[in-house]
Amino acid sequence: MPLFLKLLVQRIALGLLLLLLVSMLIFWGTNILPGDVAQSILGQSATPEALANIRAELGLNEPALSRYFDWLGGLVQGDLGTALTSGKDIASSLGSRLKNTLFLAFWAAVIAVPLAIFLGLLAVRYRERWPDKLISAVTLASISVPEFLIGYILMYFVGVKLGWAPTVSMIHDGLSLGQKLNAIALPVAVLTMVVLAHMMRMTRAAILNVMQSAYIETAELKGLTMFTIIWRHALPNSIAPIVNVVMINLAYLVVGVVVVEVVFTYPGMGQYLVDHVSKRDVPVVQACGLIFAAVYIVLNMVADIVSILANPRLRHPK
Amino acid sequence: MSKELEYLSKRVVARKLSRRHFMGRAAALGLTATGASTMLSSAVYAQGPVKGGTIRVGVPGGSTTDSLDPATTTNQTGTMINRFWGEPLVELAPEGGLENRLAEEVSASADAKVWTFKIRSGVNFSNGKPLTADDVLATMERHAGEDTKSGALGIMRGIKNMRAEGDKFIVELDTANADLPYLMTDYHLMIQPNGGKDDPAAAIGTGPYILKEVDMGVRFVVEKNPDYWGDLGHADTVEVVVINDNTARMAAIQSGQLDMVGRVPPRTAGLVARAPNINVHSTPGPGHYVFIAHCNTAPFDNNDLRLALKYGMDREEMLEKILFGYGSIGNDTPINSSYPLFTEMEQRTYDPDKAKFHFEKSGHEGPILLRTSDNSFPGAPDASALYQQSLAKAGIDLEIKREPNDGYWSEVWNAKPFSTSYWSGRPTQDQMYSTAYLSTADWNDTRFFNDQFDQMLLAARAELDETKRAQIYGDMGALVHDEGGLICPMFNDFIDCTTNRLAGWVDNHKGHDLMNFYAPMKMWVAG
Repeated sequence: MPLFLKLLVQRIALGLLLLLLVSMLIFWGTNILPGDVAQSILGQSATPEALANIRAELGLNEPALSRYFDWLGGLVQGDLGTALTSGKDIASSLGSRLKNTLFLAFWAAVIAVPLAIFLGLLAVRYRERWPDKLISAVTLASISVPEFLIGYILMYFVGVKLGWAPTVSMIHDGLSLGQKLNAIALPVAVLTMVVLAHMMRMTRAAILNVMQSAYIETAELKGLTMFTIIWRHALPNSIAPIVNVVMINLAYLVVGVVVVEVVFTYPGMGQYLVDHVSKRDVPVVQACGLIFAAVYIVLNMVADIVSILANPRLRHPK
Repeated sequence: MSKELEYLSKRVVARKLSRRHFMGRAAALGLTATGASTMLSSAVYAQGPVKGGTIRVGVPGGSTTDSLDPATTTNQTGTMINRFWGEPLVELAPEGGLENRLAEEVSASADAKVWTFKIRSGVNFSNGKPLTADDVLATMERHAGEDTKSGALGIMRGIKNMRAEGDKFIVELDTANADLPYLMTDYHLMIQPNGGKDDPAAAIGTGPYILKEVDMGVRFVVEKNPDYWGDLGHADTVEVVVINDNTARMAAIQSGQLDMVGRVPPRTAGLVARAPNINVHSTPGPGHYVFIAHCNTAPFDNNDLRLALKYGMDREEMLEKILFGYGSIGNDTPINSSYPLFTEMEQRTYDPDKAKFHFEKSGHEGPILLRTSDNSFPGAPDASALYQQSLAKAGIDLEIKREPNDGYWSEVWNAKPFSTSYWSGRPTQDQMYSTAYLSTADWNDTRFFNDQFDQMLLAARAELDETKRAQIYGDMGALVHDEGGLICPMFNDFIDCTTNRLAGWVDNHKGHDLMNFYAPMKMWVAG
């Protein structure tokens, strides 16, 4: 499949270029923020001597451009560098945070994606009748409420009043899988509610579009049940747009969970990034930004490839 | 602590020895009056505390970017963690004054220029090495060195020479300072083996607990140090969780996930207090919310304008609407009754007529620009709006500029002529005034340059007679009150919550929130 390979190589090269541009943008952005890492570390208790000492120690007196290329040089050799604030190796501290974020995103996706597609199919099956309207109303309502508010509402009713789930999602290595799942129950619920509507609506719309086609009519005339038609004939033909939306939402689950992580005190990438942005710790912000950008680029690439594979016309162009 | 004293204090508790007799014997054994009464109260306590169990604490302030190096500690999470593994030479006593920790005895030369700390013997670091005066010296050197990045550098400046002799650590000062021991209570100055010069962030000290799990800005687990010399630490394990979101922190204690949280927002304190299993503790402290004007920058270089701004502040309303009553009103000095040598002064009240009079006398026309941000103090933008209203009644037009939280401390505070800010206070008047009101202070954030004031501060510092000192501090307070650029509407209380699972809370503990961050060590699991 040489065409497919060519496309893949092209996509990866473009992705790398994008990452480089992203890193420049982040570096430039963190540099124009007021204050530098030394001032942020010391806060109100900064004295001129202490500031000068920290700046000298961290090499902040170097020009910005040479700091950027130093960093880029390290990155090419697979070295993310060390955090300016704590002096810790970025790769190892980032690793455990990324693992936590992926853990949360994974379980949210495991619940949200099948649920969204199932609800979408259900909505098509009963379209314009009460199940369709109910599903749409509930999911649209939950996507319209800001996620931190959903978080607080669940926290109050489910956590404080009913006591079913912990309000602080503190996970660490000492916990068993069951305990971890219990700890992340509320954030998973919030994330599911937030991403459900988008995927569900897209599934519904894509399948309804296909349902107008002549071959669906044929299937109906064959005497197939409504659900078999949707599942066997309509869904495979509308997989491309659905996969696209699913991938965007998966990316959101990884990179967009900052607010949810803060609300539930979940030790993931979001909290880690926010802490370092507020301290102007550029190397860490760069590393996080690159990972987030890479997640987006990879997932979008997967979406494109899946839509090509799912569409015979794109798979076998004339 | 000597066996004899321990025995005597137990006798007092058992009513076999009078308190007066005990104090006399204690003095004969070289213990100060405050030290003796602390010892007595800890003996009373000794009947109560239960050993064992786990205490779970939720605090804000921690960040992933923190380091365990005590020189770089800046927030309350770090301060609390330092207290677990490390100890200073002396510490603030719960009821005021000082108590000895790693120093067994503190003495001064008659001119208060040479201070000698006798180091406690038989104390080991958690790595097994014995504590020596050389370790103390090395610690102080690390915080005082030219190339240090320690937050304690400012307070180490007046030291001319330090040395270790046998079991004594000796400090020589440029100018006399009767309050030097108070400086040694600073939370950066944890005594480390060889001063932490080998590994500053190792968290090895002589403290009551040992760090077992560390995830900066997220979670810490500490376990009781089996070899700890003192009587701090009742629970076997303490788990500290960093929760910066106020709502999440309060929900965690309400749902029973935590036993203790600090920094309860005043807005929700009253609501939380209604829960039957939660106790809300309000502790007066030296922290205050301020509006600061630069005395050397137009238009604030005119004292009438400053007085107009002072009379135009409705302090009672601020206290009620911003702190929900959890605090006390300020009087345009940084000092309140939490300071050891505080003297009462006539309270300035809201008076639009006087404000108008002074404003007109100042000859200033047009609006006055105030800069504020959410992180300058909780509710600062709201407080600014209230101030705008109360000044409007005096015919003064206050223009409010909302600045971003990011960079507020570097770009606005101590840089722009009129802004909102916060001071956490200091244990003594001398420290508070030298930090922010002395002409040469780094953080002279009101640009208050007054030679008379500076001379009085130095005179008070060298004065060992407390009555005379109190008198001088009273006069200095009056100077700041009448001429300074500080407009202080209120002092905030520390508000903390504990559940019924814990016992041993001490009311009005001096220092910071959560019993000066010792609550996890001084409280116990009641069952």
